[in-house]
Amino acid sequence: MADELLRDEADITERGVAREAEDPAAPLVDAAEIAHQDLEGPGLEPEQEILTINMGPHHPATHGVLRLIVTLQGERVLACKPVMGYLHTGIEKSCEDKSYWKVIPFVERMDYLSYFFQMEAFCGTIERLVGLEIPPRAKYLRVLHMELNRIMSHLVWLGTSALDLGAISMFWYCFRERDTILDLFEMSAGQRMHTRYFQVGGVFEDIPVGFERKVRQFCDLMPGRIDQYEALLDKNEIFLHRTRNVGVVSRERLLELGVTGPLLRAAGEPWDLRKSPGYLSYGDFDFKIPVGTIGDGYDRYRVRVQEMRESVRIIEQCLDGLPEGPWISDDRKYVLPPRDELSTSMESLIHHFKLVTEGYRVAPGELYYSIESPRGELGCFVLADGSSKPARVHFRDPSFVNLQAFSDMSVGGLIADLIQNLAMLDPIIGGVDR
Amino acid sequence: MPDAPGLELIAQGIEEGRGGTVIETSVEHDRATLVVNPDGILHALTWLRDTPEQGYRFLSSVHAADYLPATPRFAVHYELLCRERMERLHVKALLADPAAGEESNGIPADEKLPELDSCVALYPTADFQEREAYDFFGIVFRGHPDLRRILMPEDYVGWPQRRDFPIGGEPVLFTHNEIETPRWFE
Repeated sequence: MADELLRDEADITERGVAREAEDPAAPLVDAAEIAHQDLEGPGLEPEQEILTINMGPHHPATHGVLRLIVTLQGERVLACKPVMGYLHTGIEKSCEDKSYWKVIPFVERMDYLSYFFQMEAFCGTIERLVGLEIPPRAKYLRVLHMELNRIMSHLVWLGTSALDLGAISMFWYCFRERDTILDLFEMSAGQRMHTRYFQVGGVFEDIPVGFERKVRQFCDLMPGRIDQYEALLDKNEIFLHRTRNVGVVSRERLLELGVTGPLLRAAGEPWDLRKSPGYLSYGDFDFKIPVGTIGDGYDRYRVRVQEMRESVRIIEQCLDGLPEGPWISDDRKYVLPPRDELSTSMESLIHHFKLVTEGYRVAPGELYYSIESPRGELGCFVLADGSSKPARVHFRDPSFVNLQAFSDMSVGGLIADLIQNLAMLDPIIGGVDR
Repeated sequence: MPDAPGLELIAQGIEEGRGGTVIETSVEHDRATLVVNPDGILHALTWLRDTPEQGYRFLSSVHAADYLPATPRFAVHYELLCRERMERLHVKALLADPAAGEESNGIPADEKLPELDSCVALYPTADFQEREAYDFFGIVFRGHPDLRRILMPEDYVGWPQRRDFPIGGEPVLFTHNEIETPRWFE
């Protein structure tokens, strides 16, 4: 017992020293070199021994099945290599065997926390390929659901990340609000997750009576809840110690690595595709892009929490300005005719039959379309060969690309900070592996 | 995206540095595309990145596609982005399939893989994405620091996202059929 206590103290002292001596320019020791030195003399001390361990794939803090090959010297990380593919299901390949409208449920299941964004990336690509304009109400409804989804995704992130850092109560509070959002999805789309609500041409159905009132209730409630989360975490000594000045990567390096989303914004780069022209109806709304200062774990947390507030504002404006009119395009070549027309109109029946049996054809062409998902730039590439099935569907998943920055964040830090970095990176392994 | 005259200027600028690099330019679906010779891909990307008035310093995505039965069969797509001007440019390198050619140096034709220069030194973000293109299409990126399979198992044989690779060709192993699946335990 006494020995254990001593060790703990030693760890704490080492940690304190590490905090003070933060010199990012300090040369990292080459693992192979140390391994060589270790063969003789004092290198055999346990603190200096080089140890390569597997973290995961079934480690609860890896948020899925991510395996990290970590080289350690004592508590310090010398090298870190992510190994992925344990959740690879070949969704991109399977999509090539489905007609365009049947691909939507597949792509939703890649990044299972941002299904509305996956749908929008895919449907948006097809709409641009065939030149289909979607009605304004559909644009607003898409934005409404995507922003609810963004809050939901950030809530899952906040709950699980705080859990990784030892704050278990956050998990229950965040999942309480997440459940409210899932109830809203169930009300409008009929499903809590993987809703298949977006269609090529608009959205599947108009929102039901009472949905607006429920969303407004949620919007009134949510800012207060976010205050509560912040009250729980912002003054939490342990949380602050574990996140501040940990995992800092410079903004230039992040850009080189192609990192986007809250990670990049936390480093002070105000880059958000929602502000790009012609992306749904985001141009109609007044919202801010939160940015951090140095890009440590704490900044990443602050940026995401602030994004939730901005999303609530967007949802409120969306409801205020929701235009009347159709919620899906009336182009019968791509969109199913309304059910009641089938018994009276021969053309509708033919279109319905064609769309359901073969599906629509897309003229040969290829397009890459990208949107801002909760984790960064989500791109979808579709190659059409003129048939009713895509010849290639590829998703540029933000988690997959962002994971490249993980080694930069962790090397030179402590192994406990590795968990913190991964939590603040927020990779969704379903999206990484596809 | 750069407009049609802007795209022609870009093509001209690249051609001045190294003739025969740009094969084709096109503007489709509000997107400018530059088709380049695979030998000149690094020259084109370097020019686009380092020319001050271009400044395509952000590489959004690298992905491959198989155009079977067209020739050249493969293409690697680079989605470049200039963040200052919010402009995207699509660069595409077409790659012929060497497996369709003759046997040479004692290597049978169907084992030869298409090759392309890696752009990891220019854009470090391409690391994982080039590995993914290698994993699924068997496109070898020359000069990549660590070209291994990334999503499929290390010992996997075949290039699963090629168009001639069958869908669902692999039996799933359960306890009830482990006897029929030959030598599964190895």
